[in-house]
Amino acid sequence: MKPLRATLRSMNVPETSTSSNGFAIRAERVSRHYKMGEALIRAVDEISLQVGAGEFLALLGASGSGKSTLLNLMAGLDRPSSGAILALGRDLATMSSQDLATHRNRTIGIVFQSFQLLPRMTLEENVELPLRLAEMPRADRPARVREALERVGLAARTRHRPTELSGGEQQRAAIARALVNQPMILLADEPTGNLDTKTGEEIMSLIAQIHRPPSGPGRTIVMVTRERALAERYADRIVTLSDGAISREERLR
Amino acid sequence: MKIGDLTELAARNLREAVLRNSLTTLGISVGVASLVALLSLGVGLQQLVDRSVARAGLFDTVSVRSRQSSPFGQRGGGQRSPRDAADLVPPRPLDDAARKEIAALPNVVEVNPEIRFTAEARREPISQLVMVAGMASSSQSSGTLDGLNGHFFSSSDAEEAILQGDLAKRLVEAGQAPASLLGQEITLRFAQRQALPPPSQQAPTDAPNQAVGPDEEAMGFSIVPSEKKFLVVGVTPTSESGGQVGFNNAGMYLPLAVAEKLQVVQQGDLRDVARSTTAEGTRYAALSIRASSPTAVAQIESSVTHMGFAAFSLIDVTRNLRTFFAIFDMFLGIFGSLALAVASLGIINTLVMAILERRREIGVLKALGAADRDVRQLFFAEAGVMGLAGGLFGVLLGWAIGRAIQFATMIYLKRQGMNPPNIWSVPWWLVLGAIAFAVVVSLASGIYPASRAAQLDPVEALRYE
Repeated sequence: MKPLRATLRSMNVPETSTSSNGFAIRAERVSRHYKMGEALIRAVDEISLQVGAGEFLALLGASGSGKSTLLNLMAGLDRPSSGAILALGRDLATMSSQDLATHRNRTIGIVFQSFQLLPRMTLEENVELPLRLAEMPRADRPARVREALERVGLAARTRHRPTELSGGEQQRAAIARALVNQPMILLADEPTGNLDTKTGEEIMSLIAQIHRPPSGPGRTIVMVTRERALAERYADRIVTLSDGAISREERLR
Repeated sequence: MKIGDLTELAARNLREAVLRNSLTTLGISVGVASLVALLSLGVGLQQLVDRSVARAGLFDTVSVRSRQSSPFGQRGGGQRSPRDAADLVPPRPLDDAARKEIAALPNVVEVNPEIRFTAEARREPISQLVMVAGMASSSQSSGTLDGLNGHFFSSSDAEEAILQGDLAKRLVEAGQAPASLLGQEITLRFAQRQALPPPSQQAPTDAPNQAVGPDEEAMGFSIVPSEKKFLVVGVTPTSESGGQVGFNNAGMYLPLAVAEKLQVVQQGDLRDVARSTTAEGTRYAALSIRASSPTAVAQIESSVTHMGFAAFSLIDVTRNLRTFFAIFDMFLGIFGSLALAVASLGIINTLVMAILERRREIGVLKALGAADRDVRQLFFAEAGVMGLAGGLFGVLLGWAIGRAIQFATMIYLKRQGMNPPNIWSVPWWLVLGAIAFAVVVSLASGIYPASRAAQLDPVEALRYE
């Protein structure tokens, strides 16, 4: 794997890890429309939004409000129908498929509601996957995997398969996998949606620690959630979406 | 993704659906096995023919005749155009000078007169018509006499004979072994040429001298019956076969020098009535050239033709034979490949099923940074691993099937009282080729599933339940 500095340089990203305007992510009149039969679904409709470097943004909204679609656009999993979406200063809409894959591998980490661990692999193999895709030398991988799993408190479960873990543990493993390539941005799509309240609290504490660790640099976090209480407790800012558009924006910290 | 990681992930994925992937791999193995078994049979048969021809010393032999008396036609044995420059060279007598000139050609090991005649072999009370050939000492190592019972001629002028197995069987009484002829004498009755006195001593004839060609200007000869006894020193296990050159077309061999001294009337002598011993030296009905290797035969044949003689070798015949075997092998290969083609459908089916089952996994891989290329390569690697495993196992299976066919053939032929030949051969190129073919077919089968997997929309794939 290329060192982060080299990666940023190759992506024409300033080493401050933000765009020249100080934003980690910036959406400019971005839309994502689908055609369903004759109907045009405006999942995201001309949203403009900035996420500052090191900010914790919560995207709040009801089901079908467009928050997950917006997150997928930020992740480079999907391409906008119109508008621009910039991550660390680069427009994802104009990137090649290969560059988008590199963006997903090195610039961002993604955590899903349903964990999305590969059931046939052990935890350490799951966490190693992004390193394989980054073509990191085999010898350097175990230390990185161990470090990531220690950080989420799963150092003792490395040989277990996901099905042998609780939901909370699976989500922690998914967070370890998202962080193993040391991305600048963590995108979380309802990370507590499949967990009970207590476990959800544990996961949110972990995400908060990742956002502002006791030592070292923090990360930009964009989290999709339907739970206002969680958003209010942990996020710096809440953007509420409704019918594919921003209906409300609240700065909390 | 690096190739090591790709292979590791592919192998892991294949292990997960072990039954289905094993069956698919078995399908490839059966395809490769049928290919290997059929082609090994084709190659074995070709090698059997090659061995038989080579053992008879046919590949490195060129037969030369005077063009006027050539049974191969005016243009020799090759398939040259009538406008070939060689046709413009005037015919020459096949005499000592020509023999020396031919012997001086590059890659010519030796040049011997070709003596072959029909005679009656008699061992009271049995007599048989037999084709007799003169055999040079160098032929001892040519392979013609492989498995000889007895020994080769004790000297080049010994009045000894070696018999082909079939003739020996006909010359012994019922119940006796052919080898019982060893050490016994056989009387050979043949037509001998006796030179006529020089023309000056003959009464003038009405025939005008101007009408005769160069071969006819020599003296004539008369034909008288003659007999000679020969000691049987060897009996070969082979049987007599036809042909224009080589030794397998004779039933009895005599030392070449002895055969020459017999002054026997040979086939074609009536055309070459003037051939005889003259003051200018011996003229030959035919010469047999032995080349240093079969690859030199074509060049020698061409040189001899350009010298004004008719030349013939089995290169032309074997070229056709090789073409036949190439087509035969191609058909065997096509039939063998049919099973592999069916197996390739199995690969496509398995991989398409794998895409459906692993849709979500593909989505996760893409979310974690796998490019379309990585996903495509992963499915290719899985197809390749199945192809490689199927190829390796298929070669083993094909080898076993070939062995079984060979074994069954041997048993059958032995029961028929025949000497079982080796009709099966698995050369290294067939092993490597079959494995490579299996991998290529598997990769080709993986193109569609791999492209389909690579084009999966990650968002859709992640939603898939």
